[in-house]
Amino acid sequence: MAAPLVLRNVRKSFTMHLRGGIEIPVVDGVDFQAEAGTCTVLGGPSGIGKSSILKMIYGNYGVDGGQILINHAGTTMDLASAEPRTVLDIRRRTLGYVSQFLRTVPRVSALDIVAEPLVRTGTPAKAARGNASALLNRLNLPQELWDLPPATFSGGEQQRVNIARGFITSHPVLLLDEPTASLDARNRKVVVAMIREKKANGVALVGIFHDADVRDAIADTVIDVSSFTARKAA
Amino acid sequence: MTTTDQPLLSVAGVTKYYGDRMGCADVSFDLWPGEVLAVVGESGSGKTTLLNCISSRLRPTRGSVHYAMRDGQSRSLFEMGEAERRFLMRTDWGFVHQNPADGLRMTVSAGANVGERLMAVGDRHYGRIRGTAIDWLGRVEIAADRIDDQPRAFSGGMRQRLQIARNLVTAPRLVFMDEPTGGLDVSVQARLLDLVRGLVSDLDLSIIVVTHDLAVARLLSHRMMVMKDGHVIETGLTDRVLDDPREPYTQLLVSSILQV
Repeated sequence: MAAPLVLRNVRKSFTMHLRGGIEIPVVDGVDFQAEAGTCTVLGGPSGIGKSSILKMIYGNYGVDGGQILINHAGTTMDLASAEPRTVLDIRRRTLGYVSQFLRTVPRVSALDIVAEPLVRTGTPAKAARGNASALLNRLNLPQELWDLPPATFSGGEQQRVNIARGFITSHPVLLLDEPTASLDARNRKVVVAMIREKKANGVALVGIFHDADVRDAIADTVIDVSSFTARKAA
Repeated sequence: MTTTDQPLLSVAGVTKYYGDRMGCADVSFDLWPGEVLAVVGESGSGKTTLLNCISSRLRPTRGSVHYAMRDGQSRSLFEMGEAERRFLMRTDWGFVHQNPADGLRMTVSAGANVGERLMAVGDRHYGRIRGTAIDWLGRVEIAADRIDDQPRAFSGGMRQRLQIARNLVTAPRLVFMDEPTGGLDVSVQARLLDLVRGLVSDLDLSIIVVTHDLAVARLLSHRMMVMKDGHVIETGLTDRVLDDPREPYTQLLVSSILQV
């Protein structure tokens, strides 16, 4: 069976029109694939384009060249050229993403933020909240916070809400952008266990982890992103 | 959002001239069921002209707008009779104005403002109309004991929520919104946006929202169109347009957002 996520010769640069139109190359010739049941780690120093690759896969960043092929409901789709509504459908059913920071919505409780991806795919609200509670509990988020909007939470608390939201679905492909960066050792262990469960369930994970302990515990393949760098040697 | 193979609204080549002056030109897009589309741009960019054209409040100089009726038939708006178009406006569509006074009747009660649209679709049972009105006031967080008050006695935020209830009570499939949070305090804005977000997912509504506020677009919309000088200059998934803007003008807009 083909890998659930394949990147072929992906290229990205930014044109800064407000800076006289200078072009900032980011990555070029990105080629790798993420196999089901494995965790592919993007490695390399800061600023080399690791987060940009995840954002291109998720669709936050446009792609200048190449293909990002994903197996969506039995069909291979190219995320690099897909229509917005196709990308949204892929996100809803196939592709999950734990971003570096939680984007909070005024007035929506932590529990509902976590439950939302399930509710959107048709799970009844009560069952979705039940799953959300179990995840927040596992991530040791104090129960008195569950009904509050996370805007005032600490960085680590917001990140755990974000992780729970990303892990609540059973999407076959999951992107992780430094999910453990602001967590203490105890919660890092929980996240490592959760990632192992995803692998056991056949999920293809692609992630960025600066913490060597976490990386060593979960990585099956490490891709050196500096080999894709489009920047001239400084 | 459901995945169907027919767009709800198909806009092709819509152009509007006011005499010699161009309002908007060559705008084409499809809107799908359950989709929220934000049209952003500064004052004078043509976004309100566009909204008025595609909601049939203004006849474009050129171009066509097709709407998928409930029976699945695609109909051209400007080839419909006036009566049929008005019926569509009262039942299957909603229009939320920036100024609630433009969309409400200020001298009849809140309950009547909501009930009136039900009567327009043929409901005649007073008790049921009042019951539905109370239910909708509750959904937009207006206390039931305010049902007999006139909107004149309401705050700006309450009036806007009442306007939304009046529009949604007939279960429309498509709602047009023109700067819905325009004149409101930020705390009131947040409440309104959260309310609209909830209603969109509960009712599987399609919305076209015109706003100059990129935060509103980020929070509410799936897809964005950026307008400048009457033309659509950039379009795409909302977070793609905001995180990776391509056009010089979009980059300027995004870089001008004040961070708090």
